[in-house]
Amino acid sequence: MTALAEASVRPAAAEHVSRAAGESRPLGYLVGAVCIAVSTIMLAPLVLSFLASIKSPDEARAVPPTYIPQSFSLESYAKVFEYQAGLGTYVGNSLLVAVLTIAICLALAVPAGYGLARFKMRFKELWFIILLAPLMIPYQALLTPLYLTFSKMGLANSHLGLAMVHTILQLPFSVYLMRNSFESIPRELEEAAKVDGSTSWQTLRSIFLPLALPGIVTVGLFAFIASWNEFLSALIFMNKETSFTVPIMLVSVRTGRLGSVDWGALQAGVILSILPCVLIYLLLQRYYVAGFLNGAVK
Amino acid sequence: MIRALRKSEGFLYVLPALVFVAAFVLYPFGQLFYLSLTDTSLLGGGEFVGFENYIKAFEDRSFWRALEFTVRYTIFITPVLMGGGYALALLTAPNRPLRQITRGIIFLPVVIGIGSSSLLWFWLFDQQVGLFNRILVDIGILQQPAVWFTKADMGLLAVIISITWKVIGFGMLLFVAGIQSINGEIGEAALIDGGNYWQRVWYILLPLSLRVILLTTLISVIGSMLAFEQFYIMTGGNPRGQTFTSVYWIYQNSFISFKLGYGAALSIILTAIVLVFSTLQVLLSNRSPSQ
Repeated sequence: MTALAEASVRPAAAEHVSRAAGESRPLGYLVGAVCIAVSTIMLAPLVLSFLASIKSPDEARAVPPTYIPQSFSLESYAKVFEYQAGLGTYVGNSLLVAVLTIAICLALAVPAGYGLARFKMRFKELWFIILLAPLMIPYQALLTPLYLTFSKMGLANSHLGLAMVHTILQLPFSVYLMRNSFESIPRELEEAAKVDGSTSWQTLRSIFLPLALPGIVTVGLFAFIASWNEFLSALIFMNKETSFTVPIMLVSVRTGRLGSVDWGALQAGVILSILPCVLIYLLLQRYYVAGFLNGAVK
Repeated sequence: MIRALRKSEGFLYVLPALVFVAAFVLYPFGQLFYLSLTDTSLLGGGEFVGFENYIKAFEDRSFWRALEFTVRYTIFITPVLMGGGYALALLTAPNRPLRQITRGIIFLPVVIGIGSSSLLWFWLFDQQVGLFNRILVDIGILQQPAVWFTKADMGLLAVIISITWKVIGFGMLLFVAGIQSINGEIGEAALIDGGNYWQRVWYILLPLSLRVILLTTLISVIGSMLAFEQFYIMTGGNPRGQTFTSVYWIYQNSFISFKLGYGAALSIILTAIVLVFSTLQVLLSNRSPSQ
């Protein structure tokens, strides 16, 4: 968790904030208590969901519900694993779409960021604004024409088609981040390569790519999380049971067979679906937070 | 010749991304506009009908109700997210271990999917098995478990609670970065002047983080105006269609009733509304040399 702070902060600059918070003893305890209370409230839903997922199915549907499991059972997880086509199918769909999204995003955003950051060109800012167009036109509005076009091209109900839609979502952020990454690399390195007679493509590969690696990791990370979590276009485009992604599968778990919700299985599904995102966030927090602050507002 | 190539070299790197945006954003947007002038349905049709869909939209009370509901949702949730986010930023901005951990925990729900979080809260709010209800009863706020999704206002409140949990960390983290980037000496000067904490917040921190606050508010407003998943999953538009948002209503028309032409006209109207905010966002975030 400490990386969250380090990435975003110049310690000296934050000094006055600590002081400003008033560091007299009783106030310090009060602030500590508030921190613990807020953390508890924020964690409670996830903890309760996890606890519900390991209750026995009978306990999971008990009225009134129990806070702490009185029984332990992995039956809810077993049900999710065997749901319809099997959890493997849905996780496979989600992973494939996410990997394709990462690949397309990087294939487009890395060269674009390089071009914008390192070359003089006419109308540069115009091209840049066009690349930011998906920020201005909500993708929710584009789903109908895209669906019609993709149906004709055989891309409806396909992993590639959905990955293209997810790329639309991520492209402005990705280009922005890559442009900034390439701009922050010192010019001298490029000059040296030019003297060596390298082409710009060689320079990109041998000099820039390794140095821009943190940016590339961040772009991939965000593309994965956005794609894994995306709901609306997956709902519209993946309309065959076997092509559902995980979020769509979860909604159909809730709908249940006979109209009654299997609460235990639903919470097991929720826990499984958030696990990759939480793990990535905890393990790669430095990249995540840096990218978030770099791309979200500036 | 070589100079011409040199000049266009950079453009060649940008070209693939431009082609992608042209093919999958700009062209479909043109298509969308054309669709909105036809009576296309998934079942056929496609006759040119001029602005009939737009006239129909202006007379469609369900659409106006959905738009009004979306605006109401936005007006209620934005101050909660921005005010709450700023308060949490003030709490967790100092780099002390406990506060950093708290910051990390508050941000955690931002990375999980809105589908997952909505299903999680749908369960917590359930009248029979929902633990949120049980907690409210146990601490004496409610006499008995509430039914959240049969009244529009209760449904809206439930969604606002769940979304606040999910995204309050988004604004908080941006505000923390904004507060921390303020030069320490300015804060020091305020200390010497003898102002108290809340005065410093009001006269120094808030004005200096104004741009971040404005941008974050715009991002938040755009997100709320385009809300779909949380209502689709938690309220299903019920009761009696009172909790349909704009995007949800467009989805209903386009993909449930198959009225693609009409749905396209509604999409164009919504895009125009959101464009006001997103243009401001792009203008404000314009890369200036000072950054």
